[in-house]
Amino acid sequence: MKKEDVPQDDANMLEGKFRVVKYALNENGEYEKVRSVGWEPENTALEQAWDVVHERVEAARQGVLAGRLSPLAYHMEKNMMDAGLLAKHAGLSTRKVERHTQPAAFAVLDTDTLQRYATALLVSVDELKTVPR
Amino acid sequence: MNKAAVTIPFEHQQSAHCETGVISNLMRFHGLRVSEPMAFGIGSGLFYSHMPFVKLNGIPVTSYRILPGHIFKRFSRNTGVEMRRMKFRDPLKAMDELDRALDQGLPVGMLTSVFYLPYLPKAFRFHFNAHNIVVFGREGDEYLVSDPVMEAPTRIHRTALMRARFAKGMPNTNGRMYYPVRVPTDADLRRAAANGLRRTARDMVNTPLPMFGAKGIPYLAGKLRKYEQRLGERDARLALGNLIRMQEEIGTGGAGFRFMFAAFLQEAATVLERPELRQHAITMTRIGDQWREFAFEAGRLCKGRAEEGINYGSLADKLIAIGRQETELFRELARKPAKGSTVQGIRTA
Repeated sequence: MKKEDVPQDDANMLEGKFRVVKYALNENGEYEKVRSVGWEPENTALEQAWDVVHERVEAARQGVLAGRLSPLAYHMEKNMMDAGLLAKHAGLSTRKVERHTQPAAFAVLDTDTLQRYATALLVSVDELKTVPR
Repeated sequence: MNKAAVTIPFEHQQSAHCETGVISNLMRFHGLRVSEPMAFGIGSGLFYSHMPFVKLNGIPVTSYRILPGHIFKRFSRNTGVEMRRMKFRDPLKAMDELDRALDQGLPVGMLTSVFYLPYLPKAFRFHFNAHNIVVFGREGDEYLVSDPVMEAPTRIHRTALMRARFAKGMPNTNGRMYYPVRVPTDADLRRAAANGLRRTARDMVNTPLPMFGAKGIPYLAGKLRKYEQRLGERDARLALGNLIRMQEEIGTGGAGFRFMFAAFLQEAATVLERPELRQHAITMTRIGDQWREFAFEAGRLCKGRAEEGINYGSLADKLIAIGRQETELFRELARKPAKGSTVQGIRTA
């Protein structure tokens, strides 16, 4: 890849925070670092990956509003976790986490467990009990 | 308790990849000058593997490099650098140890999870637990951070850093931190580069099992050909998008490290006085360009905007061609170099 071919396809993925480094050939045929704001295929792939995350979060939110899932399920998806990963972060068993994604089991949780989930999911206990309308 | 402010005069240089960037920056601080491509080459960082049975965030892992942490290990072994490495159970102890090193004037490298680094752009914050950064100071509740993929140093709050150092998953970061305790500033970079190069070449051509090394590329091609039948249109596109990310996302320097390796070959040609390596750098660049074409066409296919004739089969063909060229190149590089001048010297003596 030549220096002038280093793509500059800005899809605001980097939020203007910085540009990334690519290695490319300069006019003398020597490699050097060249900065790039992004490349279309990479932007496409990232967007696609986020679409999947957003779909899962939205499905969980709908599930909570319909009374099929507890708000824990929503916050778990929002943190891109599955029950196994959340269990590790909260110091509980995977099976327990799975059970707590059910509204009935979630409703009777003690404050200690709620606090563990809240800390692991970066929200307050109050936020943990709700989902955005 | 508020600790005294510390700022270590650490020179931050932006890099393409976190691990090699940290090596290059830490070594410069300790008086050993190695560029990022050189660190990559000496640490034998380049590799290829496609492991359908190992999943990260539910997606099969395709990797263009050796395992995280190993570039540093091989680099240290090849140059005689001694590192102190630590991991912790208790986050507070991990922070105390960090503070202690900073108080001694030592910049500290550490393992973090990208998901918990608030200064990074949102779009890149997935659960990736093998991101290396250097902490080089402290001011109030904040730490000064040299994140190699960023243009400039940044800051992070103590609580956030603690979280990033203790992420769970694959792997648990366990507060891992490291710093050099002995850096031979007169290290024999010639020998180190020659060793690194030979190791990479051998890894690429000799690693057994079909999914590793250059032959892993046609192995993926075989799977890719059947993606649409096996996974359905939607999941096939997701899998393809994931391949692009593994190859091109922050940290590879483009084309899955192939350009960075070509840059190493150029430098090695000078250091080792082996001009033929410049020729190999050109070959590697051509291969890198084909990886980029692959990503470009794959991206069109993901978006459903592919031109006539671009499909999973044609992409697989591209990979087969790339695999063939990589096999050839690394076979060549795995051979013992002809030592023209020395051999002649002996002959005439």
